[in-house]
Amino acid sequence: MNSIRYLYAAYAATWAIHGTYLLILLRRYAQIRRDMQRLKRGERQPLA
Amino acid sequence: MKRGLTFLGVLTGLLLSFALYEALVAAPTERTMGDVQRIFYYHVPSAWTALLLFLINFAASVIFLLRRNTKADIVALVSAEVGVVFCTVVLVTGPIWARPVWGIWWAPGDIRLTTTLVLWLIYLSYLVLRRFSNSSQTPVVAAVVAIFGALDVPLVYFSIWFFRTQHPSPVIGGGGSLDRQMAMVLLINWAAFLCLAGLVCWTRYLLEVAKREVDEAEALETLYEGSR
Repeated sequence: MNSIRYLYAAYAATWAIHGTYLLILLRRYAQIRRDMQRLKRGERQPLA
Repeated sequence: MKRGLTFLGVLTGLLLSFALYEALVAAPTERTMGDVQRIFYYHVPSAWTALLLFLINFAASVIFLLRRNTKADIVALVSAEVGVVFCTVVLVTGPIWARPVWGIWWAPGDIRLTTTLVLWLIYLSYLVLRRFSNSSQTPVVAAVVAIFGALDVPLVYFSIWFFRTQHPSPVIGGGGSLDRQMAMVLLINWAAFLCLAGLVCWTRYLLEVAKREVDEAEALETLYEGSR
């Protein structure tokens, strides 16, 4: 059974999912930092 | 707190590297399935971690409903979010294992597969509710959804004990026979994934606390501007 490619695919998919979630968390962190700095400067939040 | 987070980060990195080596190199090759059986070292610990996180979500939701405790609400949100990530890993690695072993990606109607998919959809709905509803009652509604959603957790776990299913029998505690070395590698991988889940949950918790503080400060600022 040539199964090694399935094994690599499963492990790669696992790390791709965790990596994507960590990237989402990093983006949220960057957004919160920007909001904090804007609040410190006393600027209003731009209207969406 | 920062030192604790750094320590957990280093421990998680070391454990994950060791667990990867154990799963790919040290664990013996299974006789009938060959190397594809090694997917089991990521699939099963991810499933156990996801179920544990959903149980934490259930407990935190009950505490929130009883005491209206903000920390419990944040713990519920964080555990559901990280649980969905681990459950996604289960739903992706399962079919990748099934294709060479069963000859199909998915067994339609199989109770273990179906209940796991339903569990994932329930908690995804929970996260969508929390993300897009801005009502002050959202945490209460979400906690109720979480409590009903948790009913699916024992159904997922015990489905292979009580129903005829294509999914393999439980590897531990269900009469299944697992090689001692394989069981050890499985437990090492679970420990590594538990550390990863703990690290991500802790980081996400701090992020949510900071987000709520920013939202509160913005609301106060708007009130102040409005009153001038």
